[in-house]
Amino acid sequence: MSSQLIINNSIVDDEWQLVMPPKADEEVKKQAGKVVMFKLTGEGSLTNEQIENTIFSKNGKVILPVGVFLHHQKDLKNRISKQEIGIWMETHEEIDSFINEINDINLLPLISVRVKKFADGRIFSIGNLLRLKYKYKNELRAIGDVLRDQLFFLKRSGFNSFHIREDRDAKDALLGLNDFTTPYQGAVDQKQPAWKIIKR
Amino acid sequence: MYKYDLLDQSLVDERVAQYKGQLTRFLNKELTEEEFRPLRLQNGLYIQRHAPMLRVAVPYGLLSSTQLNKLADISDKYDRGYGHFSTRQNIQFNWPKLEDTPQILKELATVEMHAIQTSGNCIRNITTDQFSGVTPDEIIDPRYLAEIIRQWSTFHPEFALLPRKFKIAITGSSRDRAIVQAHDIGLEIFSDKDNEMAIKVWVGGGLGRTPILGSVIKENLSWKHILTYSEAILRVYNLYGRRDNMYKARIKILVKALGIEKFKELVEREWASIKDGPNTIDISEINRIKAFFSEPNYKNNKQNDLKKHVTNKSFSQWLSRCTHSHKKEGYRSVTLSLKSNKQAPGDATADQMRAVASLADQYSFGEIRVSHEQNLILADVLEDKLYELWEKAKVQKLTTPNVGLLTDIICCPGGDFCSLANAKSIPIANSIQDLFDDMDYLHDIGEINLNISGCMNACGHHHVGHIGILGVDKDGSEWYQLTLGGNQGNFASIGKVIGPSFSEEELPGVIKKIISTFIKHRHLDEIFIDCVSRIGLQPFKEAVYGKKEKKT
Repeated sequence: MSSQLIINNSIVDDEWQLVMPPKADEEVKKQAGKVVMFKLTGEGSLTNEQIENTIFSKNGKVILPVGVFLHHQKDLKNRISKQEIGIWMETHEEIDSFINEINDINLLPLISVRVKKFADGRIFSIGNLLRLKYKYKNELRAIGDVLRDQLFFLKRSGFNSFHIREDRDAKDALLGLNDFTTPYQGAVDQKQPAWKIIKR
Repeated sequence: MYKYDLLDQSLVDERVAQYKGQLTRFLNKELTEEEFRPLRLQNGLYIQRHAPMLRVAVPYGLLSSTQLNKLADISDKYDRGYGHFSTRQNIQFNWPKLEDTPQILKELATVEMHAIQTSGNCIRNITTDQFSGVTPDEIIDPRYLAEIIRQWSTFHPEFALLPRKFKIAITGSSRDRAIVQAHDIGLEIFSDKDNEMAIKVWVGGGLGRTPILGSVIKENLSWKHILTYSEAILRVYNLYGRRDNMYKARIKILVKALGIEKFKELVEREWASIKDGPNTIDISEINRIKAFFSEPNYKNNKQNDLKKHVTNKSFSQWLSRCTHSHKKEGYRSVTLSLKSNKQAPGDATADQMRAVASLADQYSFGEIRVSHEQNLILADVLEDKLYELWEKAKVQKLTTPNVGLLTDIICCPGGDFCSLANAKSIPIANSIQDLFDDMDYLHDIGEINLNISGCMNACGHHHVGHIGILGVDKDGSEWYQLTLGGNQGNFASIGKVIGPSFSEEELPGVIKKIISTFIKHRHLDEIFIDCVSRIGLQPFKEAVYGKKEKKT
């Protein structure tokens, strides 16, 4: 089977193994309707139990859930320096809630953001923040419900790596990266707006 | 008005190609209905009761005669010979075929038009005052900032899939005609104490199911920061707005849940990291865009022969209702009413569109504006030519002298077309228009806004109508709820429900009672809304429901 992974502008083999936590015992109670700061959408984070019970391979390149990474950070020093550890986050997770616990995010060769439903546009703001506010320079990968018609926006929001949903053709998706030639506004990939860089 | 350069044109052309591909993939079942939905919506395409509906963008309501002629051609060729102007200053076609839509968009692109972001969960068409640039009470012309915001918001990658739709309105006059307080972001441009252009920013206003007027988030924002500040607001909304319940997903719910102070704190924190960044605008860009909106070649014309015609009663009624003062002596702006009782409010036939385009060419520098009240405006007409224009427009039934009066009804397409609607709205509008077709009486009643929405999504702006009518569904039949005391403008307010709802048959009689009650209590030339504020709802309730309010 051909690869589903696009990095920059080509389809490449995936060297990374995505680590998933075990399912939580109990469904986290929805907060919908309640006014709880940052939990307006009622999505829960991993429980301590889930974090402790997440199993991952002892060698090779692995992408760990942020919570799992933080939990094992100290023991993983060696593997981090070997560029074997990447992290992934959900779109409802706060970058601010973990960024200070990571020494230097540029020691991580890969950060992935999982979009559960393609229409969840939070992923664009997360990409923007990681690149521009937190100055993350390495591979930034979109995983989950990643489809052709959102790739152009993902690219403009700082993503350079896209794991296309398994049932879709990555070659077809590749075309989505070039839907528009010269957009108006400055974003992550092209920081200056069009009027500053071309004579209009 | 703004003219496309190569960059604008290539973006629109690329969009046509992109959409055509998306539709093909949908028809080939490579895209599911769920996946295609946001794509078609962001191209203005709804799947409606009878056929798809295509909403075409009219940025801040400004059209050239060439564009209006093209819209007329499209309505003849692909629709049933008419179009509907909406409360967001756009135009909608009710009967296109799905497979024709790429071709329609291709034709629109030849006259610098498109359907980009006219629906869906993204930044929608920027709206503004229909009298921008010509009204004497204007402080700063909002059109060039509107154009700058239009370009910035078009295909903005970070805000391509927001929790819900996002509407921005901008005004530059002391009298707000753009209802900025009823928008997700409302902008009022003013001149600050150093004579610098500054912006007052409201956030979290909106109509719909939960009508709320916006809160001020920034009293005095320098024009340079308009885009980065908007970006900060939108980022906070994009990250924290609810996505689990579409009825609670608008920014107004987030602002209300957090409180404006907390919301502002988050926005300011976000803004701190992008303020003065690449999207900051400078005077060169302002001047570049401003040049497109420079004054037309006005004649100096102090004499006029209007006086000759004032004895003509229907002309003078029209003159007083449908023409508006102009900053340039010898000129007036003209509203061509799309509210005759012979057609749905806001509808124009292809012939009417061509006639208006031709009038614009002859009398108003080839430009037309669409107002959120769903009328068409010729902004720059020589007073000397008004009589001539009136005679020609009359033939097309565009001179009903009811602008600002009871029968100038704002109305959504309602249950006849829209699949969201609970009840019909066009027949209601027409029945009220039939009841009040005596122009003298209508003028005596004076200024009054009656707005009708077929459901709580409030496309007909019923909350801010002096009289608001809302279609509701009760056990599968259509009923109408009445609100009084809503208002737009600087003293915007949300109308209050007067009591149990009415049937379609009862409604005209109820409106009649409300008007009679007003006439009975009115002081001299007092207008309806002032009278409602003075005497309260009780006299109206008594007139409609009887003295003792029955509880049902």
